[in-house]
Amino acid sequence: MSLKIEISLVLNETKVEASVGVTESALELLRREFDLCGAKLACGEGECGACTIIVDGRSRNSCLTPAVDLDGRDVMTVEGLWTEKGVDAVQQAFINEGAVQCGYCTPGMIMQARYLLNRNPDISEAEIIRGLEGNVCRCTGYKKIIAAVKGASRIQEGSPG
Amino acid sequence: MNKVIEKTTIIGKRVTKLDAPDKATARTRYINDLVLPRMLYAKILRTDRVHAKILSIDTSGARALAGVHAVITASDAPDGKIGVLRDNPPLKGDKVRCIRDEIAAVAADTEEICDAALRLIKVEYEDLPTVFDCTEALSEGAPIIDEDRPDNIAMQQYFEHGDIGSAEDDSDFVVEGEYNVHYVTHCNMGVSCSLADYDMDGRVTIYTQTQYPFNVKMDIAPSLGAHPGDVRIIQPPIGGAFGSKLDVYPYEPICAILAKKTRRPVKLIFSREEEFVASPTRQPVEFNIRAGMKKDGTLTFRDVDCLLNNGGYTSWGATTPYVSMRTVTSHYTVPNVRYRARAVYTNNPFAGSFRGYGNVQATWAIETHMDRMAEVAGLDPIAFRIKNANYPGEITPQAANLGRVDHVGCILQAADKSDFLDKWHDCKARQAENTRYKRGIGIATSLHNAGGAKIHKSDGCGTMLKMDDYARVTVITGASEIGQGSDTVIAQFVAEELGVPMRDITIINNDSATSPWDVGVHASRTTYIAGNSAKRVARKARERILRAAASYSNVMMENLDLRAGYVVQADDGVVIMPLDKILRQMHFAGEDAELVMETDYYEPPSEPEDENHVGDMSAAYSHAAHVAEIVVDTKLGTIKVEKVWSAQDVGRVVNLTGLEGQIEGGIAFGLGYALSEDLKIVEGKVANPSFRDYHVMTAPQIPEFDLTFLETDDGEGPAGAKGIAELPTIVIAPAIGNALYNATGIRIHHPPMTPEKVARAIAESNAAQDNAKGRTDERG
Repeated sequence: MSLKIEISLVLNETKVEASVGVTESALELLRREFDLCGAKLACGEGECGACTIIVDGRSRNSCLTPAVDLDGRDVMTVEGLWTEKGVDAVQQAFINEGAVQCGYCTPGMIMQARYLLNRNPDISEAEIIRGLEGNVCRCTGYKKIIAAVKGASRIQEGSPG
Repeated sequence: MNKVIEKTTIIGKRVTKLDAPDKATARTRYINDLVLPRMLYAKILRTDRVHAKILSIDTSGARALAGVHAVITASDAPDGKIGVLRDNPPLKGDKVRCIRDEIAAVAADTEEICDAALRLIKVEYEDLPTVFDCTEALSEGAPIIDEDRPDNIAMQQYFEHGDIGSAEDDSDFVVEGEYNVHYVTHCNMGVSCSLADYDMDGRVTIYTQTQYPFNVKMDIAPSLGAHPGDVRIIQPPIGGAFGSKLDVYPYEPICAILAKKTRRPVKLIFSREEEFVASPTRQPVEFNIRAGMKKDGTLTFRDVDCLLNNGGYTSWGATTPYVSMRTVTSHYTVPNVRYRARAVYTNNPFAGSFRGYGNVQATWAIETHMDRMAEVAGLDPIAFRIKNANYPGEITPQAANLGRVDHVGCILQAADKSDFLDKWHDCKARQAENTRYKRGIGIATSLHNAGGAKIHKSDGCGTMLKMDDYARVTVITGASEIGQGSDTVIAQFVAEELGVPMRDITIINNDSATSPWDVGVHASRTTYIAGNSAKRVARKARERILRAAASYSNVMMENLDLRAGYVVQADDGVVIMPLDKILRQMHFAGEDAELVMETDYYEPPSEPEDENHVGDMSAAYSHAAHVAEIVVDTKLGTIKVEKVWSAQDVGRVVNLTGLEGQIEGGIAFGLGYALSEDLKIVEGKVANPSFRDYHVMTAPQIPEFDLTFLETDDGEGPAGAKGIAELPTIVIAPAIGNALYNATGIRIHHPPMTPEKVARAIAESNAAQDNAKGRTDERG
């Protein structure tokens, strides 16, 4: 039948292997093979950011990323942020600040925010706003999301290591 | 010395939403994520015509494809139709009436096989004459869309109060205006999705995004040939609704019919493009307004005629006049009013309900008109509005008792905090200056139901509550949590009555088999109605516990209270016993044993409108005022909204964080409506079905917000609270339109105020001024 390609990657800090179709997106792979439903299919054309994941340290729309492109990469999804050390500062800040309403955009927002903070822990409000431009939220009006990203940068500063 | 616990309250505090931790860690499985064993996928074949006879449908190729389990057309479906007028067969057999129309559907092993099967279905049509404009559709000889309604009128409403004729004779000024509001759509982040599963006895479980879990049983049953009692509705978490899921749409019965045919669970999900093309829009309306006043600005009459483009079928859009009418007749004190609305069939897509209902449209028209009238009267926008503002206890022409409202307070708070009048006079004086960037400030206000809306015989909500031996509380509510935060507010009311921490309360809802009846999440009703029911059921449990505690402790029941998990003396807070201990004593009391299990059904003290549209249909009403300060680039036509001041009568703050979130999100919706969102319908077809071409607000476009909450302490509302979620979407757009006028002297009557539209209006105005100047020069 259709051509399959074997790939291996580090997914949420665990080495995994998968057999992927040539037309399969990273988003489809995460859901089909790994039962990771945090990244959402909301537009399928890279316009809304609900499927955002981090690949080799950069945020990507997983709906537009071919699954085969994950071969040899380091991939982080929202599920990987809650570890035995606790939930990520961004997740905690989204909860605390009221940044979650329907929550459908939340995993993508959190991953984009995590990427922005990894790149620049002292990020300014203007940079946060610009950095979230590709992520659509229909519920919150963005204010509490922006506040959460600011809050997360403060939580990070205060935390050891 | 015994431990003492002070009395505290959780009402009005910042409370973490109960669903936030699971959503932030992706533990939440949305309906779109659900998978059932042996589940099949489904897709719908839609027409590419807007009005045509169906001559033949050939599904043989699709049926023969490997992996296809069922292909259905109209001949496979029961006769029952859906929609407000039951004019919409889920699958179309005779003809198509709009671009959404469903011709056939496929269930298969994968979505890819569904797509391949749809491509193999051949449909032959004979095109029919088309009509897209309301006035044309009403003219003689227009194409008939619905054979049962040859005049093309789907619904109409008429209301009259006082004497318009003599009021007009007594008026010093009469101002007329046309305001046409456009198509927009919800753009829920979670696209439409349904999952249906039949058992062998013909009972069906439907996993759905509905906002109307008990009425939907009745609404969908005929299209399934089922008894409403055999339809079980489960509402998993969803990615937004905003009114879009108040009606049944064809994909839901189609999904269920496929499940019945295949005897397997079937799931149907839209693509984003399909979501734009085939989900409801906000109702577009053409308003024609005439309104009169005395020299001093006192309103004398308001006469409004509306045409609604109904599209091919009738959903809730055609009923939005019931809400528009309230705005026209009751927003500001107007002694003589007339309102007429007609929803007219065309070959356009059709509208449903959408946050703010008909009030977004009506407030655009009325508040733009009010601003124009203020100018005619020679009053500033604040003075004119205060002169005509609603007052507490006012009985409106439709017999709404406005109760404890504070319209003037909303206007004054928004105006004072924004320094409105100084800025307004200053911007007005600078209008004529030859500068590219012009600053403006505008205000608008509105009135909305804030204590439910009795559009059915009951506007109630049921709640059941139980407590276990560890003082953990389970609340089973009829209310629908769709992300707006109702579970959290309900838990707060219960925590307040029972003196237990929030984390000890579990809210169960969203399954019609377990939850008691509720009329759904709409009309800004849930905090008020479900909140009252939750408060009442918790009060019953509290009284049962205190009665038992009194007999165990020999303290008078009246001097007992529940605080922080303890029974205490109300006067001094001295602890008598832990709450779980008294619950166990009640439980294991031998012959006198009792478990704390209570029920409540709350029916608000409101009444349905009579056939003349008279009735106090909500238990509470409230106002909001928005001020918008903007900067207009007169060259490019762009409007930058710098700051929005909102002053809203919320009755009482319940969850401060949740309240702010609703107001901020609601304003963001209204900003899109005002500035950028425009579903372009060209000859019945959707021309911009993607986020690339349909522009919702993103983070950089959100202005600074200044939110003021007026606490009028509603007499009936839970802890004094009112419903709040629609007003923020309703009020903002005309505030921006009025600010645009203040900045430039340009009035846009037809939103959205896009750069193209604004730049063109400014250029035309400049050209007209140049012409006038030229003529003057020639004469001079």
